[in-house]
Amino acid sequence: MERVAIVGASMTRFGQRDAWVRELLAEAGAAALDDAGVDGDDLDHLYVSNMASGEFEGQTGVPNALAHDLAAQPAYTARIDQTSSSGGAGVYAAWQSIASGASDLTMLVGGEKMTHRTTSEATDVIASLTHPVEYKHGVTLPSFAGLTARLYLDEYDAPRESLGKVAVKNHENGVDNPHAQFRKEVDLDTVLGSPIVADPLRLYDFCPITDGSAALVFCPESVAEEYAPDGSYAVISGIGGATDTHVVHERADPTTMGGVVDSSDIAYEMAGIGPDDVDVAELHDMFTILEFLQSEDLGFFEKGEGWKAVEEGVTDRDGDLPINTSGGLKSKGHPLGASGVAQVYEIVKQVTGDAGPRQVEADTGLACNVGGFGNCVTTTILEGSQ
Amino acid sequence: MSDHETTDTDADGRGDGAEPTFEAAEYADGTVTHPPHTVGPNGAERVGTVDLSEREGRVVTWTTSTATPPGVREPNTLAIVEFEMGDGYDGPPVRALGQIAERGEAGETEDDDGEQFDVEIGDRVEPVYADELREPGAGIREPASQDWDGFRFRPVE
Repeated sequence: MERVAIVGASMTRFGQRDAWVRELLAEAGAAALDDAGVDGDDLDHLYVSNMASGEFEGQTGVPNALAHDLAAQPAYTARIDQTSSSGGAGVYAAWQSIASGASDLTMLVGGEKMTHRTTSEATDVIASLTHPVEYKHGVTLPSFAGLTARLYLDEYDAPRESLGKVAVKNHENGVDNPHAQFRKEVDLDTVLGSPIVADPLRLYDFCPITDGSAALVFCPESVAEEYAPDGSYAVISGIGGATDTHVVHERADPTTMGGVVDSSDIAYEMAGIGPDDVDVAELHDMFTILEFLQSEDLGFFEKGEGWKAVEEGVTDRDGDLPINTSGGLKSKGHPLGASGVAQVYEIVKQVTGDAGPRQVEADTGLACNVGGFGNCVTTTILEGSQ
Repeated sequence: MSDHETTDTDADGRGDGAEPTFEAAEYADGTVTHPPHTVGPNGAERVGTVDLSEREGRVVTWTTSTATPPGVREPNTLAIVEFEMGDGYDGPPVRALGQIAERGEAGETEDDDGEQFDVEIGDRVEPVYADELREPGAGIREPASQDWDGFRFRPVE
């Protein structure tokens, strides 16, 4: 199987944008093509990761629209919807297209336009992924986070403050990310004093609603230097996708995300490495509690110990295992379909030594993109070319 | 409940004119789940139905959501409840997610102030029927695509 390289990467500024989804996708797509030094009509495949452009703004058919806007015809196009993990699923689809030999050059663009909707409306669009017996009770993704956070704190005797420290850390990282929605630090008192959203979680435990887009260009590793003669490309050394139950309360242990465990097992085996070999990671911190769960289910820390790693500074930018150097979804923002793509963008920058003030020492990085409340997950492991 | 012609009961609902049932499915390997699925978690075929409406359970965890979607009460206290299935059941835990009931509904005769009961992890609770958990049509989901009645939980005195 051909190894797959990423030779172009871009992302737009995340935040409240005037642009609509088609324009956001085109902005990131054009920049990624430019980064790879190719034109739209060089692409064999063009994928768009997007959860709900039809529901948010009444725009469907976005892959074809993007192909036209970038003059990419007759590229094969497809839309990848896997809720919040649409971006990760798009990375998987793009990797498959190259690894299988179906495409010699593929671009993935993830994007979402959300901020024109009220928080209540946007929350409901996202909650529409739930089972009818959950939806009719008014469950939301934030309320799943509240339910899980309470259980985690109770089972593992973790202090409430440890969750707040995830927000503090990721906001601090986001200051140095020019694409982040929030480029400002927050202190622990601010986090712990913010309004309750889903008890025991408060406003600063949650990512914002965001507009934005990110894009990646993929090719076989064997020809990567044609696009990146200086060797500044990343290689996907492992990738895995997995699902957990649709109905969240049916999981044996509500504090374990089986999709994270299973997808990372596949990715580690493909890459021939284990969790101890990962130098930097982007985790899906849509809610602060998710950073604990993923850091444990990826094998970085023992079950129930993830909170201690945050307390001890292990996951700080200058710690032994920096997590969310981009600022994470918490600070950078979470435009649903773009997030998994932007996670890989950050790891590409880290393993190619192009992360600027966010740079850490990293040969191997991992991105974990979660859909629903752990319902579907893609884990991607990347290495630098040099 | 929708007007679709069916002889099935829905996951938290009524059969044709029957008392409301809190429906769980039983599978050939003895496993029980709520809601019902086409096959059980181990792939076993569905062989029957279990009504959870008369069973008590314990609160696994709970939250109070203060930012609720259209058509949902605010605040909205939710809990995951694990049912007591008896000594003869050795399958995986049978749980449900549901709203916490309000004082004054379904048989309550005092403290009729509409406030939701307080619960803690480990509290014993029982199901109580509500004919509308959320306003159909206020949110994004097509009203006819699912039922909107079901069971809340209230503490067992």
